[in-house]
Amino acid sequence: MQKYSLFSLIKNAFSNHQNWEVAWKDPTPKKEYDVIIIGGGGHGLATAYYLAKEHKITNVAIIEKGWIGGGNVGRNTTIVRSNYMHDENGLFSEFGMNLWRNMSQDLNFNVMFSPRGIINLAHSDAQMNVYSRRGNSMLLNGIDAVLLNREQVKEIIPMADFSDNVRFPIFGGLMQPSAGTARHDAVAWGYARQADAMGVDIIQNCEVVDFDVSGGKIKGVRTSKGDIKANKIGLCVAGSTNFLAEKLNMTLPIETHLLQACVSEPIKPILDKVVTFGAGHFYVSQSDKGEMVMGGDLDGYNSYSQRGNLPTLQHVLTEGIAMFPFLSKLKMLRTWGGIMDMSMDGSPIIDKTHIEGLYLNCGWCYGGFKATPASGWTFAYTIAQDRVHELNAGYSLNRFSTGHLIDEKGLGTKTWIS
Amino acid sequence: MLHIKCPHCGLRSQNEFAYGGDATIKRPELNKEVSDLEWDKFVYLRKSPRGKHLELWHHISGCRQWIKVQRDTLTHEIFKTLKADEEI
Repeated sequence: MQKYSLFSLIKNAFSNHQNWEVAWKDPTPKKEYDVIIIGGGGHGLATAYYLAKEHKITNVAIIEKGWIGGGNVGRNTTIVRSNYMHDENGLFSEFGMNLWRNMSQDLNFNVMFSPRGIINLAHSDAQMNVYSRRGNSMLLNGIDAVLLNREQVKEIIPMADFSDNVRFPIFGGLMQPSAGTARHDAVAWGYARQADAMGVDIIQNCEVVDFDVSGGKIKGVRTSKGDIKANKIGLCVAGSTNFLAEKLNMTLPIETHLLQACVSEPIKPILDKVVTFGAGHFYVSQSDKGEMVMGGDLDGYNSYSQRGNLPTLQHVLTEGIAMFPFLSKLKMLRTWGGIMDMSMDGSPIIDKTHIEGLYLNCGWCYGGFKATPASGWTFAYTIAQDRVHELNAGYSLNRFSTGHLIDEKGLGTKTWIS
Repeated sequence: MLHIKCPHCGLRSQNEFAYGGDATIKRPELNKEVSDLEWDKFVYLRKSPRGKHLELWHHISGCRQWIKVQRDTLTHEIFKTLKADEEI
C-alpha cells in the first residue's frame, strides 16, 4: 500500500494526482472466509482492522448493504469522550481514548482528532452534586475531569446565556479536557484503507438476506451476491440489529429509534469546546469549516426511516438557543437522521450469542462514534479468542436477565424517553 | 409531522401525543409464579420490527387517553388507530 506522506503528495503532484492507488479495492466475494463482519460502519471496519492487526486473521470479509461511510459513521456529530461514571463504561471508553490519540499515526490517515474538551453544563445545585460525583468516579478510573463553577464556565464560553433572567441559569459544569472531536468520515476511510491493505475484503452494495445456521452453529450468510461461508460471523449493524436478529429468531433488548443532527451555515470561530445543555438534551461543537454541529433528542418512537421529523428538531434547537442565544441568528444548512440501536439500559452489548460462532455488537444508543476503536478492538478480541475481554465483560447480552445493568443515565428501560 | 387519528378526538398532530412503546407486550399474569425468563421477556425484550408496529400513544395534550396505533416504522404510514382496550 502506498503510504500517505508529504513526500507522496509532492510526488503525485508531478503527475497531476492521476496515479494515486485506490484507497480500498472492490473485490467479488470469495466462497468462504474465516470471519465475516456484517456491517461496514465504523465498528465493523475497526473490528476487521484489529482482527488483522492484533490477531493476524486476514481472511475476513466485511459485508455492507450500502457504501462505506454511508451509515451512522457518517451521520454522527463527531464527539469523542470518556466522561462516564460507571467503571464498565469509563474504563472501556478511556481505553478507546488512547486508541484515538494515536489513530492518525496508526492508520496513516489524518482523522483530525481534536481534543478540545467537552463541558456538560449544570443548572442546579443538585446537578453540580451529581457532576461532582461523576467527576470523582472518572478521576478514580484515570480519566481527566474538572468541576467548573459559574465564573470558570463564563471564562471559557462567554457567549452562553449568563443573564439573570433565564429559566435554566448556568451553575457550573463538568469538563473533560481531553475529550473532543474527530473527522468521522476519515475514521471510516482510514480503517477501511488499512483493513483492505492487510487483506480484508470490503464488499459494498451487498445485502445479507438470511443466515445459514445448523446444529446451533453458524455456517454462513446468504447475500444478494450469493452464499458466503464462514464459521465465525460478527453482527455489527447498529440500527438494523433487530431486523437481522429476527432472521435468526432472536429477540433482543434493543429498540430501533431515529436520532437527528444538523449543522448551521459556517461562521467564524466562536466555540472551541464541545458543550452540552444540562437541562435537556442538546450538544454543540463547531466544525473546522465553521459550521455549528448540533444534536439532541431522539424522535421518540420506533423508526427505521433515517429521516427525522420537525417537532423534535424544533424542540432540540429551542434548548440550543436557551443555552447559546446567538444560535437563533444562524441559518440551518443541513439536517439528517440516523437509526440508533437503543439498548434497554443505555449501554452497549459486545458478546457471544447462543449460536456458536455468532457474535453480537450492538446497543450503542447515542454514543457509537466515540466507541469505534474500543468497540472494534474488543469485538475483534471476542471473535478471535471466542471469549470476552475484561473490557467488554460487562457488556454482556444476559445482563438484563441477571440484573447486572449498566444504567449510566438512570433512565430505566425506556431509553428513548426524552 | 405525524398526524394521528385519536379514536376519541379525531385527527391531531403528533405534538399532542407522547409515545408509549410496543403495545403487544403483555405483562405476566398477576398473582402467579413468574420465571426470570418470562420477566426478562416482558421488561426488556422487544421485536422492534421494520414495518408494521402496534404501539401505544398517550394523547397527553388532548383527551389524556392511551390509544393504540398501527404504524409502519419505515414509512411512518399509520394504518389504524384503536382505543386502548380494543384488539387489532
